[in-house]
Amino acid sequence: MTVLVDKNSKIIIQGFTGKMGSFHADEMIKYGSNVVGGVTPGKGGSKHLDLPVFNTVKDAVNETGADASILFVPPAFAADSAMEAADAGIKICVAIVDGIPSHDMIRIKRYMRRYTKSSKMTLVGPNCAGIISPGKSMLGIMPGHIYKEGRIGIISRSGTLGYEAAQQLKNLNIGVSTSVGIGGDPINGSSFRDIIEKFETDDETDAILMIGEIGGPQEVAAGEFAKENMKKPVIAYIAGLTAPKGRVMGHAGAIVSAYGESAIEKVEILKECGITISKNPSVMGDTVKSVLEKI
Amino acid sequence: MDIHEYQAKKILSNFGVTIPRGGIVYSPENAENKAREIGGSRWVVKAQIHSGARGKAGGIIVCNTPLEVAQATDKLLGKKLVTNQTGPEGKIVNRIYIEEATDIEKELYLGLVFDRSSESIMVVASTEGGMSVEEISKEKPETIIRSKIEVAVGMQNFQARELAFGLGIEPDLIRRASDTIIGCYKAFSELDATMVEVNPLVISKQKQILALDCKMSFDNNAMFRRSQVSELRDKTQEDSKEIFASDRGLNYVSLDGNIGNIINGAGLAMASMDMIKLAGGAPANFLDVGGGATPEKIVKAFKLVTMDEKVKVILVNIFAGINRCDWVAEGIVDALKKIEIKVPLVIRLAGTNVEKGNIILKESKINYIEANTLEDAANKAVAALNKS
Repeated sequence: MTVLVDKNSKIIIQGFTGKMGSFHADEMIKYGSNVVGGVTPGKGGSKHLDLPVFNTVKDAVNETGADASILFVPPAFAADSAMEAADAGIKICVAIVDGIPSHDMIRIKRYMRRYTKSSKMTLVGPNCAGIISPGKSMLGIMPGHIYKEGRIGIISRSGTLGYEAAQQLKNLNIGVSTSVGIGGDPINGSSFRDIIEKFETDDETDAILMIGEIGGPQEVAAGEFAKENMKKPVIAYIAGLTAPKGRVMGHAGAIVSAYGESAIEKVEILKECGITISKNPSVMGDTVKSVLEKI
Repeated sequence: MDIHEYQAKKILSNFGVTIPRGGIVYSPENAENKAREIGGSRWVVKAQIHSGARGKAGGIIVCNTPLEVAQATDKLLGKKLVTNQTGPEGKIVNRIYIEEATDIEKELYLGLVFDRSSESIMVVASTEGGMSVEEISKEKPETIIRSKIEVAVGMQNFQARELAFGLGIEPDLIRRASDTIIGCYKAFSELDATMVEVNPLVISKQKQILALDCKMSFDNNAMFRRSQVSELRDKTQEDSKEIFASDRGLNYVSLDGNIGNIINGAGLAMASMDMIKLAGGAPANFLDVGGGATPEKIVKAFKLVTMDEKVKVILVNIFAGINRCDWVAEGIVDALKKIEIKVPLVIRLAGTNVEKGNIILKESKINYIEANTLEDAANKAVAALNKS
C-alpha cells in the first residue's frame, strides 16, 4: 500500500555492509525494490553492491532522497539507529532485528513523540519479517515469490505464519495487496491497530487477515477499533491455544500474563467485535475466501 | 531471566529498600552459625527456588533456636519442592536463606510490571499483601491501586506518596514508604527488569517498612549490558533441555504431550501445536529453530527432541522462505545420518523449492511419512502415534 511502500519508495539499508544487511539488500534489489544505498558509520564514501555507503542516515537522505529504511544492526545499537532514521526524516523504517531490550523500545517510542503526526516516522518491528507490496516493493526479508499480487492485506506478528497465510491464499488464487510483519516483541513500533487503520483507508485492499498470538493487548485493541471504525471485513487467526500460561513461547511477547491474553480469550473478544475467526491455521486461506464470497 | 529471593533482596537493598537481616547458607552447620551471627530469638529458614508459593509447599520454616535452624536447613537442602508454579517435577533446593523473623503488623502488596497497552511501567499496590496478585484481583479488586510511570522522567515523589497514602500508611511512615516504592522503581528501570514484586511488603511492629519476600525477572535481551545481573542466573532452576536449547540458539519449551516438534518460526510453532491438539494429540514441546532453519540447527533440534523420553512421534514442519526446501531436506537427511530416530517421523516442507526438497527426502531412503499441509501433518502425526 502506498502509505507504507510502493515502487517509488527509496530505500536505504542501515547496517548495509554486514552479512545480514548485504544478503537481504541483494534479495530486495532482485525483487525490484528501489534500494538507493546504505549506512555503515565509518565506511561513508565507499561503494557496496554498486551502491553508495554513507556515514549517517542524514547524509544518505540528503544525497539520495531516501524515505524508507530497513535496520540490520545488532540489537544493542538498534534503538540508536531507529532514532537516527526518525530524526533524518525517514518516513517508514522496518527493524528486522530480534533481541532489542524492551526498555530501549519504550525509549524509541518516547523519543518519537517530539514529531508531529505528519512528520512522524512509521516504525515497523522489531523482530519481524518486514513489509511487502507484491509486484511493487519489498522492505523485508520474506520470500517474495510466495506472494501473489492482489487485494488482501495481511498483518502478522509471526514471520513464518504470515508466509503460511500468503501461500494458502496463493493456492486459492487470492492475492495480497500488502503484508506487514509487526514482529513478536512485547512492544512494537506499530501495532495491529495502527496497521489495520492504514488498510481501512488503502484503496488497494478489500479485506484484512490479522494473524495474532497469545500475549499482550494488541489483538483486542485492534478488534475494538475495527468494531467502531472499519467497513472492510477483518479475518483473524490467533496462535497458541495449547500454550501454557506464564511461559514465553519463542517470541519475547508471546506470554500470557493477564486476562484477555490467552488465545481462547482473544478469539472470544474478537468474535464479539464482529471479526471472522479462522478456527485453525490450516484454513486461514479458506476463511478469507468465504468472507470474500459474501462481499 | 529469574533470580532467587535473596538475590532480589540484595539488589533492592542497594536501591534503598530495607530488608530483614539474613544470609545465604549451603549446609546445616553453616545455617546454625549464620543464625547466631544474625542474632535475635526467632529465624525463618527459606528454601531458595525459582517459584512463589513456597510456604504452602513446606519450603519456609520458622525456628526458635539455632539448632532448629540447622535441622530445618538439613530437611530442605537437596529436596525437590513442588509448588503450584513449578509443575509436578518440582525444583531442587540448593541454597537456603536464613533471615531474622519479623513481627508483622500489616502486610501489603507492591508490584512493578511493563504495561503493554500504555507502553510504560505500571506500579500496582494493594493492602492485601501475602495473597498472589491474581487472587487479589479476583477476591479484593477494590483494594488495588495503580500508578502509570512516564519512563522518560521516571517516578516522581508525588506518585509514590499517592500510592503510600492510598495504602493507608500512617503519616510518620509515608516518607519511608515512598522511598521504598521509588527504590523498587529505580531497580526496575536501571537494571532492565521486566518484573519486580515485593509480596508482602510489611510494616513491622517496630514501625519499619520491610521487603519480606521479593521476586525479580529481567529482560533476556538486555543481559548483554547487565553482566552483574546475568551472573545471578542459576541453571539448576531451569529445565535441562531448555538450557541445552538456549545454549544452542534454539527456542524450546518443554510440555507434557508426546508428539515432538521441530518447526521454524515461533508463530508457526504455536500454530502447529494447535493443529496437533485439534487432531487429538498433545505436543511434547515447543521448538523454534529460527526463521532460517539452517542444517546445523536442524541437527541440534533432532538431538534435543530425541533427548525427551516422552516423545513417541516427531513432527518436522519447515516453511522455507529465504532458505530453500532442498537445502532444509539435505539438513534433515544429514541429521538422520548422525542421530538414530526410533519413533515415527512426519515431515512437512513448504515454500521455496518444495518439490526438490521432497524428492531429496524420498531418494535418501530415510524412513518418514510425507505431509503436505499443516493439517495433514498434524493428522498423520496423531495417526502414527495411535499405531505405535
